[in-house]
Amino acid sequence: MTEPMLPVGYRVIDRTVETHDSATIQLEPIDRSLDRFRPGQFAMMYAYGVGEVPISISGIGDDGTLTHTIRSVGAVSRALHDARPGTVIGVRGPFGTTWAPEGAAGNDLVVVAGGVGLAPLRPVVLSALAARSAYSRVVVIAGARTPDEFLFRAELDAWTARDDLDVELTVDQPAAGWDGTVGFVTEPLARLRLDPERTVAFLCGPEPMMRFSARVLLRAQMPSDRIHVSLERSMKCGIALCGHCQLGPLLVCRDGPVVTYTVAEPLLTVPEL
Amino acid sequence: MGHATIDTDELGTLVQVLIADGYQVIGPTMTGSAIELAELTDAGQLPAGWGVETGPGHYRLHRREDDAMFAHSAGPQSWKTFLHPPRRKLWSSDTDGSFQGADEETPRYALLGVRGCDLAAIGKLRDVLGGGTYPDSSFQARHQALFIVAVNCTEPGEVCFCASMGTGPAAGPGADLTLTEMSDHFLVEAGTDAGRELLARIDHRDATTDETGAARSALEMAAHRMGRAMPEVDLRALLAGSRESSHWEDVAERCLTCGNCTMVCPTCFCTTTEDVTDLTGDHAERWQHWSSCFELDFSHVHGGSVRSSGESRYRQWLTHKLSTWYDQFGGSGCVGCGRCIAWCPVGIDLTEEISRLAESAHD
Ligand SMILES: Cc1cc2nc3c(=O)[nH]c(=O)nc-3n(C[C@H](O)[C@H](O)[C@H](O)COP(=O)(O)OP(=O)(O)OC[C@H]3O[C@@H](n4cnc5c(N)ncnc54)[C@H](O)[C@@H]3O)c2cc1C
Ligand code: SF4
Ligand code: SF4
Ligand code: FES
Repeated sequence: MTEPMLPVGYRVIDRTVETHDSATIQLEPIDRSLDRFRPGQFAMMYAYGVGEVPISISGIGDDGTLTHTIRSVGAVSRALHDARPGTVIGVRGPFGTTWAPEGAAGNDLVVVAGGVGLAPLRPVVLSALAARSAYSRVVVIAGARTPDEFLFRAELDAWTARDDLDVELTVDQPAAGWDGTVGFVTEPLARLRLDPERTVAFLCGPEPMMRFSARVLLRAQMPSDRIHVSLERSMKCGIALCGHCQLGPLLVCRDGPVVTYTVAEPLLTVPEL
Repeated sequence: MGHATIDTDELGTLVQVLIADGYQVIGPTMTGSAIELAELTDAGQLPAGWGVETGPGHYRLHRREDDAMFAHSAGPQSWKTFLHPPRRKLWSSDTDGSFQGADEETPRYALLGVRGCDLAAIGKLRDVLGGGTYPDSSFQARHQALFIVAVNCTEPGEVCFCASMGTGPAAGPGADLTLTEMSDHFLVEAGTDAGRELLARIDHRDATTDETGAARSALEMAAHRMGRAMPEVDLRALLAGSRESSHWEDVAERCLTCGNCTMVCPTCFCTTTEDVTDLTGDHAERWQHWSSCFELDFSHVHGGSVRSSGESRYRQWLTHKLSTWYDQFGGSGCVGCGRCIAWCPVGIDLTEEISRLAESAHD
């Protein structure tokens, strides 16, 4: 067995600027590759001398490469965000639970993303598109603060153009040059005609956004175990050894990040848990 | 096999045999103001004749009237110092994408004088650090190499409550040898083949029924002489239902969030990491060290700490010890050793806080 605390060297081979503070990097293994990641799982990514943080996969990686989309918010994420082709990054993983979109086959799929929350959900949409006939309706609702802050903008436009995908983009406030929806993701979500017992929803974004979105779905009679959310907590090990990621009974790195809203609801409604 | 009896002096032979077998023997020794766990080269280093007086926020050594060596309930350290060291290198790298594990040589420890509470605590650490999908390999290696000499505790302290947690005063299973200290001899019981082999190499005889009877009644008396008890409530449910109790504010007014309780607790396992590079930037290392849920940084995510108030941090600590540990690892995270009570600078007593929470849950 390999040592799970020991990073494996990967090299950045491609970098795409997404927004003013976010970029997608693609990495290939230097010697050894990690096991295949599943949608929703995360890697612990180490930037030399700076530190290590959890980052979800944002691509499928059939070819053994890893794709991650990183928003620069602090020292480590900035170093990863800034990494140019050639940069060596230490990677551990795959860790955590998966969205398991294949488990939703036969259902309508509703994907709701806020901001950088679209990154962990992109593999769900890609795998649904790769097996499109397995699902009924596929809906993607993505919100951003401003029109310039959508990740994967070109891809979102291509998805919007497809007739087998319902895409709704919304920005928080009116902006010059934006003639799309204005408002929070909850608004287009509330307008959806749902078949509550035949829908599976995947939510990722800031906690208030997930709570409000889940509330809309619950009000539409969706059972809470058909709603999946991805949780974020401080993580130092990723493998249930350091204790940092606790959220009540959960070790988010092991029992999450993806959990059902049945599990998350009583925990997300207690301040400072 | 039944109990054996060894003379008090024969403990010296036990230590020498363990050393000859390549073990580093760790046991209680005297420092100026406390009983400290340290390497023993001679049984003479054991704190014969020293006892301790404990209470909330209180720990003091005193001379005993006898020469008992293990009559000093839990001290400020626990065996986790040796199994899960305070600071440890995880890896180093020359920035070329290859990472070298710390490659430490596994120390072979013989732990001498492990009480029931602490034996249970070693089991808790094994479940957390060695029982999951990704075990901590350094802990596992140290744990597998252990030789454990437990002691049945006949001198519980004022802050002890192991009887109510089901971990003592008799040491549970898992030890190679278990001693009961009597006035002029030790009763010995071997729990493993390694223990039996070792016992065969020291001078012993079969224990008489009087001797085993005396040891048994000493233990029974100890269970009744314990200073404290955890209230008999469903701790797991009480704490799961007390997330929004106003009692946390009350504790927060007293708690200094110093984290002493987590440092002295024999089961608190939390760690954080530290990245270092040399001046050239060509060599990087990652170190792991103990951390505590009382640190403000502990729950830091982008944008701030999840648990910034003192009350949320005390709630995390107590709830983890007594409730969510069951969810995460299948048992209690507290063994009733009382260390957190004795070493709390303001004398917060978890058994007392549980009584108060239970009362307010009834209101
Ligand atoms: C499962 C999971 C998946 C994620 N996926 C993504 C993703 O796909 N894309 C993305 O952009 N982000 C993702 N994140 C968030 C990302 O991990 C954080 O943005 C990142 O940890 C920020 O680290 P930083 O050092 O850049 O920022 P900071 O906010 O400076 O630091 C955050 C981390 O550094 C430490 N730290 C920094 N400052 C302090 C301080 N003052 N005191 C104590 N500790 C401090 C903390 O331990 C903390 O964990 C994910 C998070 C999780 C849990
Ligand atoms: S919580 Fe207190 S009494 Fe319980 S094991 Fe930890 S230090 Fe001992
Ligand atoms: S009580 Fe706090 S420091 Fe101790 S194991 Fe739990 S989270 Fe970690
Ligand atoms: S990140 Fe260390 S326990 Fe979850």
